[in-house]
Amino acid sequence: MEFGPHLMLAMLEGLVQASVLTLTALGLSLVFGVMRVVNVAHGEFFMLGAVLAWWVTTMLGGNPAVGFVIALVVAPLLVGLMAAAADWLVLRRVEYDPERTIVATIGLLYIIQQVTLMTYGPDAHPVTPPFNTRLAMPWYEFTDAGFQIYWPWGLSITSYKLFVIAAAIVTCLGLWLLMARSKIGLILRATQLDSETAQAFGIPVERVFALVFGMGAALAALGAVLVVPIQQAHYLMGGDPLLLSFIVVIIGGLGSLRGTVVAAVLIGMSDGIISVFFTPTLAKMLATLLVAMVLVYRPQGLFGAKPA
Amino acid sequence: MAKKTFPTRRKILTGMAAVGAASALPDITRFAHAGTGGAPIKIGFQVHRTGIGAAYGRWYERTTMAATKVINDAGGINGRPVEIVAEDDGTDPKRGAEVLEKFANQHGCDIAYGTLFSHVVIGSAPRAAELKMPYFVVSEGHHVASGMLNRYTLQPGITDVKSQVQAMAPFVASNLGKKVTMIFPDFAFGHNHRDFFSAAIEAQGGEVVAKLAIPPTETSFTKYFPQIPRETEVIYHVMVGPSVLTFVKEMGEFFGPSAPQIFGFIDSLEAVDFATPGLEFLEGTHFWEGMPRYAQADQTEYDKFYRAQVGVDKNGAAVEDPTNVSTYAHMFGCWETLYVIKQGMEAAGYAGPKDRTKLIEAVEAITDMPESNEHPQGAKLFNGKTHQVFGPQYISKVVGGKLVVQHTTSLEDGFYPDEVDYTTQSF
Repeated sequence: MEFGPHLMLAMLEGLVQASVLTLTALGLSLVFGVMRVVNVAHGEFFMLGAVLAWWVTTMLGGNPAVGFVIALVVAPLLVGLMAAAADWLVLRRVEYDPERTIVATIGLLYIIQQVTLMTYGPDAHPVTPPFNTRLAMPWYEFTDAGFQIYWPWGLSITSYKLFVIAAAIVTCLGLWLLMARSKIGLILRATQLDSETAQAFGIPVERVFALVFGMGAALAALGAVLVVPIQQAHYLMGGDPLLLSFIVVIIGGLGSLRGTVVAAVLIGMSDGIISVFFTPTLAKMLATLLVAMVLVYRPQGLFGAKPA
Repeated sequence: MAKKTFPTRRKILTGMAAVGAASALPDITRFAHAGTGGAPIKIGFQVHRTGIGAAYGRWYERTTMAATKVINDAGGINGRPVEIVAEDDGTDPKRGAEVLEKFANQHGCDIAYGTLFSHVVIGSAPRAAELKMPYFVVSEGHHVASGMLNRYTLQPGITDVKSQVQAMAPFVASNLGKKVTMIFPDFAFGHNHRDFFSAAIEAQGGEVVAKLAIPPTETSFTKYFPQIPRETEVIYHVMVGPSVLTFVKEMGEFFGPSAPQIFGFIDSLEAVDFATPGLEFLEGTHFWEGMPRYAQADQTEYDKFYRAQVGVDKNGAAVEDPTNVSTYAHMFGCWETLYVIKQGMEAAGYAGPKDRTKLIEAVEAITDMPESNEHPQGAKLFNGKTHQVFGPQYISKVVGGKLVVQHTTSLEDGFYPDEVDYTTQSF
């Protein structure tokens, strides 16, 4: 493949990956920012979103588009409720102590994964995309005859992948509006800044925590519902998103939503481009190296506030 | 003031719980005498119930149970019933070796059997030799015949990759094209494909223009495809793991209407329905099949019998659920291996673990396996020196969304010089 179309394809693939990663990492970042909880079970909430999407579309049958739209609403909602319940039943009981929450969420990880294995089974199942047209893309070249447009081999994207990118952008905007412009956002930001003072001003911090934990999981689930028509739902699919989300959140700065978005796009795009031109292993190595560099030279992350 | 020495209520409860738990443990000693008299012959079945091999594991288990039922209904082996002791290995080499130990030390199994994924075989076989336990694998990997393993490991039910690709290469070179790009999973099984197909196509005057190794746990594939050179005439793909469907779909989306010839190993779509949306582009492409998934026009009575016993319909799916597609091109290996074990045990007069070496010698002495209910995939020849069987291979074309056999290779197409003589190794 020539360089130009090759780079174009790499960037498109990177963008799709970055979109899903942004949503997943935003969930993780939100939970850490407000609650100071490192949620190791985050990848399993992602997986649950995908599995529930399969379950909803299969139960409904009929037109794949209808099933998918319902899954897009139902799966994140159910996962969010489950996560809020887990917060209420488990994390609140260990008083959000950092070490104990890590152990508790590791426990959650295994419980969710094994229950999925016992019920959903060990097989991967596909979800039919609501629409999926292959869109070939043109490229240009300068020959003796002058400027020419041609259709290179393999340079294409599907309409569904474009939809994933658009949906991620809309969700990010929605989340930003919620955080910056709504009363709930104000409460969340107040709790993030200083939960004890917030409580003193009458903010029900415990309920806020349950809401945030649910929202974080729902964001991961939403990312998974978007990706499941491209990939497939499988009980072990939570590992990679968890690792990448942690990488993104550390680079972007723990708790900084803006940093998370920038880092997710950076990691997603570079992963796409490096995987296409070199190897996917090299992409993972470079991302991990970047994390190490950030931790050494800028421990608060690219956009994180310096600890006082 | 003297301290009370009475145990507290909590200690008593803890103690009672411990005693209760201990008595609930399985009685390990009762396994010690298994394997003699009229007791069942215990076959330890190393099965991929979870992990990346789960789809195969499910069907390997179903086939194994069906064969065992047929064998037991006909009187078992040497007048003793066969009992399958299945243990999940998680498609994980480390767990695989542990499972063999459980078979030997906890369950008192006579032999171990049934592994598919090559990394689990390679991880487990040394342990089988240490435990002096015959280990019958159903893996396709060339590691048995290459001499890498040991005298206790045998593969009498399914042809190895080296033989398969050597038999197939002439068809690819003369019907599809000579410039081949290979896409394969990046572990032992895929490396077998890479090495032996490259050599086989060169022998036909063709060449491999690019080799794309993909980790078997990968979930997204479009990023690999730009490495396919434009001059490619044939794509040779073989993929395993939970994302095979994604792999094939993304390949179709990448090429669009201008795809080269595509020759795949059915591994890329085992347990996947050809009617799945996104697979329409496969119409007219070719696949290797170990055994034809769709009942062919000239279906043998043996295939009919085998299909009925395992509960597979004419489209290769479970009779009770047409969406549950089988791993038909591989699972016959379980059926046939169990019959080889039966034949070997009967020839050796197998009575218990002390006869394990006699069993191996008896299996090594087997040569011809005529096509029959015991060997429904086709007539085979077993090479006792390399512990490897050789059978026919099928090349099918997708016609109307179904695989139709175009060419059946002969046994001779797949022969290669011996690389090892296990019979000279001591037990």
